[in-house]
Formats: sequence, C-alpha cells, structure tokens
Amino acid sequence: MAVKLPIYMDNAATTRTDPRAVEAMLPYFTEKFGNSASRNHKFGWEGEDAVDLAREQAAALIGASPKEIVWTSGSTESNNLAIKGAARMYAKGPEGTKNRGHIIAAAHEHKAVLDPCKRLQNEGFDVTFLQPPADGVITRAMVAEAMRDDTILVSIMWGNNEIGTINEVPEIGALCHERGAIFHTDATQWVGKMPTDVERDHIDLMSWSGHKMYGPKGVGALYVRRRNPRVRLEAIQDGGGHERGMRSGTLNVTGIVGFGKACELAMHEMETERERLLGLRRKLERELSSRLEVVQVNGHAERRLPHILNISFGYVEGESLLMGIKDIACSSGSACTSASLEPSYVLKSLGVGDELAHSSLRLSLGRWSTEEEVDYAVDAIVKAVNHLRTMSPLWDLYKEGIDVSKIEWQTH
Amino acid sequence: MAYSDKVIDHYQHPRNVGSFGTSKEVATRKDVGVGIVGAPECGDVMQLQIKVSDTGVIEDAKFKCFGCGSAIASSSLATEWIKGKSIDEALAIKNTQIVEELSLPPVKIHCSVLAEDSIRSAIADYKKKNGVAAETAATASAH
Repeated sequence: MAVKLPIYMDNAATTRTDPRAVEAMLPYFTEKFGNSASRNHKFGWEGEDAVDLAREQAAALIGASPKEIVWTSGSTESNNLAIKGAARMYAKGPEGTKNRGHIIAAAHEHKAVLDPCKRLQNEGFDVTFLQPPADGVITRAMVAEAMRDDTILVSIMWGNNEIGTINEVPEIGALCHERGAIFHTDATQWVGKMPTDVERDHIDLMSWSGHKMYGPKGVGALYVRRRNPRVRLEAIQDGGGHERGMRSGTLNVTGIVGFGKACELAMHEMETERERLLGLRRKLERELSSRLEVVQVNGHAERRLPHILNISFGYVEGESLLMGIKDIACSSGSACTSASLEPSYVLKSLGVGDELAHSSLRLSLGRWSTEEEVDYAVDAIVKAVNHLRTMSPLWDLYKEGIDVSKIEWQTH
Repeated sequence: MAYSDKVIDHYQHPRNVGSFGTSKEVATRKDVGVGIVGAPECGDVMQLQIKVSDTGVIEDAKFKCFGCGSAIASSSLATEWIKGKSIDEALAIKNTQIVEELSLPPVKIHCSVLAEDSIRSAIADYKKKNGVAAETAATASAH
C-alpha cells in the first residue's frame, strides 16, 4: 500500500476527529440546536438529553459518576479551574495574606499547570516544583518528601506530553488521601489511551480534552470528586450557574456530543489500540536506534505512553531535521521551533544536555497510524540525519574523538 | 514557518560543504583560516574554513554547520560569496546582505549575523597565523 503524504505523527498535539464522532455531532448543529439550559421546550430537552448521555459516556470511561463531570473548553481550562479553584477554596489564610497554603507540582508539567501555579504563588501560596529525575518519572516517594502539614493541593500529570513518561499517579493519589491533600492530575495524554478508574487510582480532580482522543477541539472535561472527600472549587467563570456553579456559560452541546462519542469509542477500542500503537512505537524506536549512531530515547525506557516517542539525534539540530523530513508532521524540542529560542524546558529539566535537547523529535502515533507510515518515517529520518551529519562540525569533532561538551564555545 | 525558495535550495544542495582537513591538521596550516562561531546550547555552530593564496585572495572556502535551515543557508551562501574575493572584500560583506538575499524573517537574523561572524573569525585566524595584525579577532563574536 502506498503511503499518503504528508504523514501525521503529531497526535500528542491533536488528533483527527473520528468520523463516527463527527457523525454523532452533525444533527446538533442544525436540527437539534437547542440550548441545553432551556428547560421549557423540546429543543432544550434534546440538548439536555444529549449532554446527559455524553456525561454518562465520559464518566463511564473513567469510573466516575456522571454528576462528577464538569464540561470545559479543554484541558487548559480544566487545569486552571482545578488548580486555582481548589487552592482558593482550601486556602489556609485569607486573600492578601502570606502562606495561604502549600501546593506541589512538577517542573516538567504542561504550561497550563505551571502557569496557574505561578499565579497562585503571586497570590500568597507556596508552591514546590519537584525536579524530575533523569528518567522523568515523579514517584510517590518524591511527593511524600515534599509534603508538609500545610500542603493543600498536589498536581502531578499522568502521562507527560513531550516525553510520554508515566508518573506514579495512583500511588501519589493514595498518599494525598492519607495526608488529606486534594489531588489533581492533568490526564490529557492518558485518558482514552490507558485504563482509568478514579476510585482505584485515588483521583480527586482530573483534566482531559476531547481533541487528544479523537474528539473535537474546544471541549474538555474536569472530573470533580463528590464523595470521600467531596471536592469543592471556587469558580473562575461566573454567570448563569451552569455546571453546578463551577463553570458558567452555555454548554457547547455539539462539542460535548462529540466528546461523549469519543469517550465511548475509546472505551471499546482502547485495549487493541494500545497494543497496536505500542508495537508501532517500539518498531520506530528500534529501527531508528539500530540504523543510526548517537541516538537517545528521552524519558524512562519502559514507563511510557504507547503513542509517544521522544528521541534525540546527536550533533543534528532539530529544526533543520524537521526541514529534512517535511513529509512527516511531528514536533521538535529545538529552540528554533519556538519563539523563545530556548530548547524544551521538559528535556532540560531531565538534565538532557543542550546539544541533545536541540536535536530532539517528538513522534506521536494515533488511531490511523500504519506500519507503512512508520517504515517511511524511519527511512526519511535516517536519510535526513545522515545528510545533516555530513554538514555538522560537531559530528566531525565527535568522530575525531573530541568531547563537544568540553569545548569552550563563544556563546552569543 | 515557511522558508524562502533560496533557503530550501541551499539546505537541499548546500554549496562547499566540507573542510581542508581535521581540526588538528588545519590548525597548523598557514594558508587556511578557520572560524568557528556559535555554541551547541544556542542551537547553532558554524565552521568556516578559507584557503588564501599568496596574493591574499580567498581561493576556496568550505563550511560545516549545526543549525536550522536558515543557518545552513547563510553559511552556504557565505562560502559562495567569499570565493574569489580578497580578504578586504570578504570583510565588507554585511549580514544584512545575507538577510536580503535569503529573505530571512526577523527571528532568523541571528543566523546571518553568525555567518558574518564566521567570515571575520576565519580571516582573523588566517591573519594571526601569518603574523598580520588581526584587528577583528577580538570583536568577532561580540554581539
């Protein structure tokens, strides 16, 4: 089978909406367009029924009750609501005072967790950002060591978006419950790919997005525990009192329908899909590592999501590598791909050297990835890396046996 | 980011890639000037080697570059431009000319600056090896 170009290997950024989810959504644009909050006519009831069904589908995927699902616009909003909402609700002191409570997060969390935490620092909360070890995995022991009597909230992501490493979330959740702290996890890359049970896994608050699991963009969910303990949040967006006052605003019924359908599909297909993606990712990893020298897979060797591979090619710069594989859509941790001119803070937090952080690719597979695409990608990457190494002065130095990291460079 | 056709052409068909020997070999050659600018942690390192005739003309130039497509194109273009020029003519090349030729966007201007620096640095090395006062050596990377 011929490979259709370009190949999409950026499923950690977003996924194609499953046509079955689109199909489910379509009537809600033009026929059943009612506002789910309209309680006194058929249009409104249709909308409400659709939202209720989606709430059941979302809850079923994570072992929750439908009443524990709060609809949002996506994981960024869910994270903001969970972190700011919980911190402000459980603050030890009044606003404007110092030491309003202690919060624990990890340094390689997504910006949508880091930045709300930094804002809370300005509001008087004390935040500990745990430095991940070289394998990127945050353990229960690390969180336990950082815990204090005044720790009110812990936010540790489940699967890392850049390197795919899996933190000890159920263990950390159990610790939080023992110590009486609220536990939030950003599970954007996890839910729909890996089995999730908020009871078994001791989750209080959990964020995820539709568009990372073959649903539409612009819709997300926040799981908010209602029993043992009942978690309360201070709303960020006020208005009509939707979502039990936690998130006002007319519901995105169409998006929610697609989100629900995506959850239902994930529930049925997760097991086989996970095995298939793991096989493909391992092949990708194995082939690249065997056909090229000086290759480093970033993050823990085994404890990783099935669909994400973050890999560095020594002495080759990431953006030029992307240019050489223009038929493969993926991302790079290179400075040049971002406006900041800084290489990936996630890789840096793991202690990956600058020269390897600049030369990293994140390849993320999805529901429509094929073995042919993997084979094509491997050939293209090998060719591009070799091409760039013939031009790389650092590669020459390496081949001459000179340690590039020991050279004093004229930084500019 | 969309690259200009000229950047893509230099990336795919870089001119004058190579060197006149290993770093050890060229260090002792008086007819060869070597400039290495940038740093791996900044995401770009350019190496320019020039071979200068007795009459002070750059007979040949070779580059190697670790960097983005614009950095590769800037150094490739630099070798094209300095070949056949006298040292003084080569020193007159400005980064803004490279920006214009390759249609580099603002975020990539540092690539052209690096290319200009690599020319100055290679010439300074040549002058130093041949006992000529190298007035540009100290300022080669100051930006």
